[in-house]
Amino acid sequence: MSPTTLYEKIWQNHVVHEEPGKPSLLYIDRHLVHEGTSPQAFAGLKAEGRKVRRPDLTFAVMDHSVSTTDRTLPILDNDAKLQFEALERNCRETGVRLFDMNSKHQGIVHIIGPELGITQPGQTIVCGDSHTSTHGALGTLAFGIGTSEVEHVLATQCLVQSKSKTLHILVHGKRPKGVTAKDIILAIIGKMGISGGNAQVAEFGGEAIRALSMDGRMTVCNMTIEAGARAGMIAPDDTTFAYLEARPFVPRGKEFQAAVDRWKTLKSDDGAKFDATIELHADQLAPQVTWGTNPGMVTSVNGRVPDPHDFRDLNDQKATESALKYMGLKPGTPIVDISVDRVFIGSCTNSRLDDLRAAAHLLAGKHVAKNIKQALIVPGSRGIKAQAEKEGLDKVFIAAGFEWRDAGCSMCIGMNADVLPPHERSASTSNRNFEGRQGRDSRTHLVSPIMAAAAALAGHFVDVREFDVAHVE
Amino acid sequence: MQPFTTHTGLVMPLDRVNVDTDQMVPKQFLKCLTREGFGRILFYDWRYLPGEKPNPEFVLNLPRYKGASILLARTNFGCGSSREHAPWGVKDYGFRAIIAPSYADIFYNNCFKNGILPAILTEAEVDQLFQHTESEQGYSLSIDLPTQTIKDAYGHIYNFEIAPSRKEVLLKGLDDIATSLLHADSIATYEKSHPSAATMFDPVDIKNYR
Repeated sequence: MSPTTLYEKIWQNHVVHEEPGKPSLLYIDRHLVHEGTSPQAFAGLKAEGRKVRRPDLTFAVMDHSVSTTDRTLPILDNDAKLQFEALERNCRETGVRLFDMNSKHQGIVHIIGPELGITQPGQTIVCGDSHTSTHGALGTLAFGIGTSEVEHVLATQCLVQSKSKTLHILVHGKRPKGVTAKDIILAIIGKMGISGGNAQVAEFGGEAIRALSMDGRMTVCNMTIEAGARAGMIAPDDTTFAYLEARPFVPRGKEFQAAVDRWKTLKSDDGAKFDATIELHADQLAPQVTWGTNPGMVTSVNGRVPDPHDFRDLNDQKATESALKYMGLKPGTPIVDISVDRVFIGSCTNSRLDDLRAAAHLLAGKHVAKNIKQALIVPGSRGIKAQAEKEGLDKVFIAAGFEWRDAGCSMCIGMNADVLPPHERSASTSNRNFEGRQGRDSRTHLVSPIMAAAAALAGHFVDVREFDVAHVE
Repeated sequence: MQPFTTHTGLVMPLDRVNVDTDQMVPKQFLKCLTREGFGRILFYDWRYLPGEKPNPEFVLNLPRYKGASILLARTNFGCGSSREHAPWGVKDYGFRAIIAPSYADIFYNNCFKNGILPAILTEAEVDQLFQHTESEQGYSLSIDLPTQTIKDAYGHIYNFEIAPSRKEVLLKGLDDIATSLLHADSIATYEKSHPSAATMFDPVDIKNYR
């Protein structure tokens, strides 16, 4: 048999029906659902008199609109309240397991999937959310779908799919201290552009990827979508197996060993052909900061805001001009001269324990700068929150002038009260710096958690390598 | 779903690359429970000044493009969030087709679920259409899906590619779910032969998840 990629192996293992020249019917192992993109799907199902085929493989959670402050208070946002009620009703009527906002397991859908062991290597996973690519870090084929497709998966536990082209992204060498998984993926997006991976399935490999913790790998796969790719994946290895052992939904004992033996076969064969390959050298990377209005508009912290005339393509010139106008930035400004109003550490990109531990390491015994109006830490899940509190991280953050919040999507998307005000500038560990993403007319700069912590302390962007990062993973 | 065969209509140009779905339907409108009514808020932040006053500079508010039903766009249209609210807004506003050099993956898929044709032309062809649209008031195009052609009144003809299966979905207005349920037996067979799809430890301590 000719050597095949990890993607092809998972694909082959999930084909329910195929005909030449037509898309295939692909089985979906885990369907994750949240309040934002599911009400119309459940309503459509009901209107057609259809049932949820596999409620046991469907998991719902409230994350996008939940408050990150006291949840015992009444919900003031009536639209959000109706959405929560709809999800609760839909789950009750269909038998889908729901982690509601008061569950101790509640959190951002892409955080709790892996955290609870719902996500396991070799699976196909979908969710009505583009950052579903996160789950690929555990060697799954995982991608975001629209609400019509959510309805389709609820009804059939399958999805109509055509095979994607494959992209191999190799990150060689060792990351320097102060350079994180976030910087790797931002640099990749900067190199590829935000449509560079359009509809492809990317597999990450190379020494720098293998050296990442699961938390770091999830950060990388999470933002694969920002390069336009359908999915990102990393073949499972001992790091993955160790992460999964004893998580709630993972098989135990002998069954776990059998699962590991199965999971070990999940990798691209030597000589497997990819449609394209991109290579990067981690040792040459510096911490990254976005300056514009999409994640591909990024440079290193030592860089400067570009001039529209730096670009040859007319459309790029116009896009840069418009981005600088929106961001209130002048060409040539050193990145470290950009001051920051608010700091947000959170989102499905960077709100895991590794992220919080690294930020706390930097913030311990220090205080945010006077010009910082708000510094928020929003753990990705209540599980992470509990563990962080056990380690005393909450006390470090609060002493440093940060607000320690409850779990949810929060200021990444600003669907709850955590909104970045007009014309204010954030250092944010989230995934999108689109116009208005964190709030109308707000200005987002995407960075790693330690770069965000450093910006909070300095009041402006600063090279985190000037801080004590020797022990930061 | 409303089938798409042919359509003739006024063209509105949106001269920006990488238009993301956050721009089409901003987050505050993702709390709706229905698929309707998103046309009024399509491109909300660009279209309205604070207080919902129409922004006179935004192309959608120009009187000459009132009633447009074909959206002319640039590369990587619809990138970012998977929200289907974006194509719901496009459709509800009255657009039946989009013409662009490329689309983001999820948005492209979502169009076909809503009877919107996302036609792909080359960048040079799209450039030419931008010139025609901007230089002539009332510039319209006729799109013919069966022959995969786009024509104007001056004899310009553009051919576009589309996967045969996608074309069929639009032409017949197919309901994907009904089509897939024809394979219910295959799904059941698959579920029997692939227990790995369901191997899951069901944790007692999470049963009472509240």
